[in-house]
Amino acid sequence: MKGVRHYPGFRTITLGCLVLLYAPLIVVMAYSFNGSNSITQWGGFSLHWYADVFTGPEAPRFAQAARNSLTIAALASTTATLIATAAAIAMVQGGPFRGRQATFALINLPLMVPEIVTAVATLIFFSAIGLTTGYLTILIAHIAFCIPFAYLPIAARLQGIAPSYEAAARDLYATRWQAFRLVLLPLMMPGVAAGWLLAFIISLDDFIITNFVKGAGMETLPTAIFGAVKQGIKPNIMAISTLMLAVSVLFVTLAWFINRKGQKAT
Amino acid sequence: MATPRRTFLLLPTWAVLGIFMLIPVLLMAVYSFLTKEFRGGVEWQFSLAAYDQFFLTRGLFGDEPATVEWTYITIFWRSIWQAALATLICLAIGFPTAWFIATRPPATRAIWLFLITVPYWVNLLIRTVSLKFLIRDNGPLNEFLMALNVIDSPLPLVNTNLAVQLGLFYSYLPFMVLPIYAAVERYDTALSEAAADLYASRWTTLRDIILPVVKPGIIAGCILVFVPSLGAFLAPDLLGGAKTFMIGSLIDEQFRGSQGNWPFGAAVSMVLMTLVLIVLMFHARAQGGRA
Amino acid sequence: MGIAVDIRHAVKRYGTVTALHDVSLAIDDNAFFTLLGPSGCGKTTLLRLIGGFEEISGGEILLFGQDIARLEPNQRPVNTVFQNYALFPHMTVLENVAFGLKMKGMDTAARTARAGRMLEMVHLSGYADRLPAQLSGGQQQRVALARALAPEPRVLLLDEPLSALDLKLRQAMRVELKTLQEETGITFIFVTHDQEEALTMSDRIAVMNAGTIQQIGTPRDIYEAPVNRFVADFIGETNILDVDVHTASQDTATLSLCGQTFTCPATNATPGPHHVSIRPERVTLAATGLPATVERVIYLGTDLHVITRLASGAEMRLRLQNAGRLTPPEPGTAVHLNLEQGALRLLAD
Repeated sequence: MKGVRHYPGFRTITLGCLVLLYAPLIVVMAYSFNGSNSITQWGGFSLHWYADVFTGPEAPRFAQAARNSLTIAALASTTATLIATAAAIAMVQGGPFRGRQATFALINLPLMVPEIVTAVATLIFFSAIGLTTGYLTILIAHIAFCIPFAYLPIAARLQGIAPSYEAAARDLYATRWQAFRLVLLPLMMPGVAAGWLLAFIISLDDFIITNFVKGAGMETLPTAIFGAVKQGIKPNIMAISTLMLAVSVLFVTLAWFINRKGQKAT
Repeated sequence: MATPRRTFLLLPTWAVLGIFMLIPVLLMAVYSFLTKEFRGGVEWQFSLAAYDQFFLTRGLFGDEPATVEWTYITIFWRSIWQAALATLICLAIGFPTAWFIATRPPATRAIWLFLITVPYWVNLLIRTVSLKFLIRDNGPLNEFLMALNVIDSPLPLVNTNLAVQLGLFYSYLPFMVLPIYAAVERYDTALSEAAADLYASRWTTLRDIILPVVKPGIIAGCILVFVPSLGAFLAPDLLGGAKTFMIGSLIDEQFRGSQGNWPFGAAVSMVLMTLVLIVLMFHARAQGGRA
Repeated sequence: MGIAVDIRHAVKRYGTVTALHDVSLAIDDNAFFTLLGPSGCGKTTLLRLIGGFEEISGGEILLFGQDIARLEPNQRPVNTVFQNYALFPHMTVLENVAFGLKMKGMDTAARTARAGRMLEMVHLSGYADRLPAQLSGGQQQRVALARALAPEPRVLLLDEPLSALDLKLRQAMRVELKTLQEETGITFIFVTHDQEEALTMSDRIAVMNAGTIQQIGTPRDIYEAPVNRFVADFIGETNILDVDVHTASQDTATLSLCGQTFTCPATNATPGPHHVSIRPERVTLAATGLPATVERVIYLGTDLHVITRLASGAEMRLRLQNAGRLTPPEPGTAVHLNLEQGALRLLAD
């Protein structure tokens, strides 16, 4: 008798699932260290392609794309987190008000509308108001669609904070601002950090919307990679992919630990 | 101090999402009723041409009586079918996975969950490219299978429906696992024990007790996979071929250079968004009915 | 002895729902005052109005003569012990206790010293650097007390502070709370739904129901002279029976119960049908008295609980002390019930 929760085969499916999820990533990682010029032949371990990424003929192009990606992600996620933090406080702790339902729908709009539709709508909007597509349009679009991703963990965290903490601070002679700064803000910080990380990754990850609103000559890492793989997968793309993969995993791991620490404290 | 008015904190949200999300969507609706400009863009003249082009055909020279145009409806139908199939596959594999993870002891559960979610955070483009690299004709998978003498010649996987399915599965599996996991975690094991006590077998319990109880999680997971699969662009574009042309690529084409047709692209987007909103409303109503 | 808190015609509405209907109440200085009632009776709302956590819809709240009803919570010399303590999880025990002093502008050395003394008072000196999550429920409770008392409030509000503790600890904390109140001389306003808690600690109790005050009095008044059916039923166990009042004077009433005539104290009763409350411990088995039939006997250790039925069909419960010599009556036997002197209490409704 193995207990009512045991189902034979479920473990195998889970393990198979993990193999399927990780195999492509591991293969690409492995081939990024390939010493051979061919993508099919294994030519021994080498950091050759990483050197190529930083010093090769395409290096300036990818370096510029990486700078664009990182600065846009940093600016967009920070702005979106500030906006989402303010929104979460009003939505979770502000009590009922007219238009609450509509505001909730508005915050979730970027999650409900298919990405490609958002891309089309944003492109049309920028072209209608005559804003030249480029860095600024990408940044604005990223801020907008990052808001719900930053909002979700912050609101979830706030929901877990009993209103009595703020009441207790006020009771102990703290002003509204002091109660926010000394009690509510430190308590919601893990949610804010998680929201920021999430928004950062989402911004870094975006291809479809960026591809629509970037305009000619402007590249982020995903659009540069997409352009490159259209001509076939070259080993330097695998090296870049591995680097991006490492950044993503680093961020997720960070978010995971922040979240766990936050859960432990309360 | 009770329930302080804090609605002013929503002003930035209203401004940013109102101007850069809601207005663009409304403007897109307007554009779908405008006249096409040849170099991309529109002329501000009302026209039903975009929807006419989508749904109706009047023959090669436009002088025959209007009949239903099947080209785009077929693309939609194929997309819906592909997305539904991807959802089913994700469910068939995601449910056992979610169940297995949720029934681990708390310490290891977090690690399993972490392992399942990490790939999702890796750039979707990179994941799709990696998959293509793995399954291409002379890629590592085919080499491996040929080395084992399982096959004699490479399996032509890229540019097939199977590759697109694999790509969609790879893209959205965590969306299926996480809501089901959340539902299973709340599932009271005593229900299974009660069923077993009343002579139900393991599989009968799964069908008659567990599935109905965790159904909200399953439905949420299905929607979270179905909706993005429907409008997916990367998986069909990189892994599929002409035979697997889906809505995402159709829309994308309308905004590329001089062959583009903005009003038509806007109209196709409108049809896609309407489809998605119908699915979401259906779900919201089902949830509302339960609560 | 003056009046610490004077509530005049307080009203609280939430939209169309009225949580407090015109409540007036005076609480003496240096008293242990309890607001007692079932959940949803408005007791917590009243406490939150005094603390400033809810906006008052009408009326006044005077604190030592000054109207505070429209002040912010941080402007009121009143502190609260919250139901789940609301200890700031990201601050140490000492930081928690010193928080109010810091907000009042006391310098670091002085507030650390004072917070240390407060911790000593609640026997938690060694725990200053711990985080709240590292303390037991009882210890957290005492930190919450120290934190609320540290700024020397004129009135301390306690919102069901013992409800999260287990029975043993709860009983110990009752004594500790009462002692603390007597030692500090601060007025305690204590909210609870637990009648035993209210009876054992309070100087005075206000029994509340449905947003109104039913009765204010000492624990003894409340238990022995309930004014109405709600109070009689809510405090302790009781039998409520239908009676007919024949004649009534200014302070007594003559009434009939199952054909027998009784006299009981009552002010300005009107002749006609009424209810009386009879506590089960004030009824005994005797050779003569009201005839009844035993229906069920429940053994409770210290007591025997006997359920009987009167000739009128009404149920009468008895609580007989188990002194060891008692032979319990068999179900079905006919007995006579003797009502002790003053056992009958005529209820207003």
